[in-house]
Amino acid sequence: MKYTQGRYIILSKKTLAKEIYDMTILCPEIAEIAKAGQFVNVKVNGFTLRRPISICSIDREKGTLRIVFEVRGEGTKEMSQIAEGELIDIVAPLGGRGFKVDQFETAVIIGGGIGTPPMLAVAEKFGEKGTVISGFRNAAAVILQEDFKAAGAETILCTDDGSAGKKGFVTDALKEVLSRKKPEVIFACGPDVMLRRVIEIAKENNIKCQVSLEERMGCGVGACLVCACRTIRNGDEYYAHVCKDGPVFNAEEVLFDER
Amino acid sequence: MSDKLSVNFAGVDFKNPVIPASGAFGYGREYENFYPLSNLGGISVKGTTGTKRNGNLPPRIAETPSGMLNSVGLQNPGIDHFIKIELPNLKTKDTVIIANIAGSTADEYREIAEKLENTDVDMIEVNISCPNVKAGGAAFGVTCEGAASITKIVRAATRKPVMMKLSPNVTNIAEIAKAVEAEGADAVSLINTLLGMKIDIKTRRPVLHNNVGGLSGPAVFPVAVRMVWQVSNAVKIPVCGMGGISRWQDVVEMMMAGAQVVQIGAAMFSDPFAPLKIIEGLENYVSENDLNNLQEIVGTVIPW
Repeated sequence: MKYTQGRYIILSKKTLAKEIYDMTILCPEIAEIAKAGQFVNVKVNGFTLRRPISICSIDREKGTLRIVFEVRGEGTKEMSQIAEGELIDIVAPLGGRGFKVDQFETAVIIGGGIGTPPMLAVAEKFGEKGTVISGFRNAAAVILQEDFKAAGAETILCTDDGSAGKKGFVTDALKEVLSRKKPEVIFACGPDVMLRRVIEIAKENNIKCQVSLEERMGCGVGACLVCACRTIRNGDEYYAHVCKDGPVFNAEEVLFDER
Repeated sequence: MSDKLSVNFAGVDFKNPVIPASGAFGYGREYENFYPLSNLGGISVKGTTGTKRNGNLPPRIAETPSGMLNSVGLQNPGIDHFIKIELPNLKTKDTVIIANIAGSTADEYREIAEKLENTDVDMIEVNISCPNVKAGGAAFGVTCEGAASITKIVRAATRKPVMMKLSPNVTNIAEIAKAVEAEGADAVSLINTLLGMKIDIKTRRPVLHNNVGGLSGPAVFPVAVRMVWQVSNAVKIPVCGMGGISRWQDVVEMMMAGAQVVQIGAAMFSDPFAPLKIIEGLENYVSENDLNNLQEIVGTVIPW
């Protein structure tokens, strides 16, 4: 494993929806080794901690990474001020385990809200063999639908209020999809409540499932042990660390904290 | 690299005075993906207890102005795992290995120190100041009697150099330092984190699940300098300074206050290369100021 820290140029920056930004970063040595599900840790001027942002898409030929992030607080607000043509300081590629895609032919790929961006890199691996289900609060929050279609996936959009796509949750759409086809694997990233339900449905249907988790991070590399998540390891309960042991976990490993 | 940064600290030879701090560097494996650990003066490893600990419920970190709070709660695989798996790997890295130990009871401290006695660990740093665990931890470090009692027990259990890591959450840290010196400590390190709290005003919940946690980062640096200065003036044993160091200039300041060596913690989260940049800055400082050795500046602050 090799971690790189450097300042790289932002080739393009767009706004995808309210407070959601899309940056393409030229960083060939990182793009060369980055995998779907991994993340970059972004330095933000004036803040002690970096901001971990999932990799949305990887273009090895062009040597670029794409990140899509939402302004959630002061740090991401500051980060959103970095302009096209300016340099962004990242440590990457981080995440000991991305999505394991290689041994599967067919997949259902699920993203909820700002958990949707990392699923694009997965969808791009599966092409027409992938079905993407993504869910958002409303039409104004919808992102990346054209990219999923361009990747070749059957693309199902859901919104909580029905203002775009189907009205309902991604889990409703998942059940509908599973009633007509059985994929080898389900991949998901989104809020805990969504992931719990996806894992239940995968289990009921006896389908393998991998989920990407989120937790507040410190070092981003597995040294400081702050980004703990409850898991089962060798039959024992163990606080794994999202940055190094994940961020992607097999569904059967994950125990969600009650809080 | 010249040997102008070298220092004999508490009987142990360090190639330079820059040491990643316990808790910020794991057992070194992660940062090896950035650079060879042989560049470092030493490594203070993750605080290790008698048996495996799972640590506190997350969230365990909160960002604060110029700093951060953490409440990891000493998650670690236990001393036997450290000795069997981590130490052999660390000993191949050509740097000083400082075992950082913690316990809930005096007996636990003794058992760990006894287990380390016949290992290749170069030095033992005794954490009597962890603010994030319910039993033991800071409880021993906040009174002269408690600090002295743990020092005495560890001292009796090992011939290795013993460095007591002091809590800043006390009325008079110099008195605690004197108490551990009197019981045979070879060195002191300070400061551990300052106890703090952050509340999410939307949910009215503390950000940390542990409610409170340890503050580190540049916000605590002036407090650390002050305490290093007070302790250096109070004891004869050498001082390892830490708390909010992020630049070489901070190290120079900390050394002028009386520290012979320093530890770097939160700064690595922002810049994993911080220790190497600091070492390079110190090399330049030594040559620009025509020093034979960086140690010449230790304790040279001229108080008003």
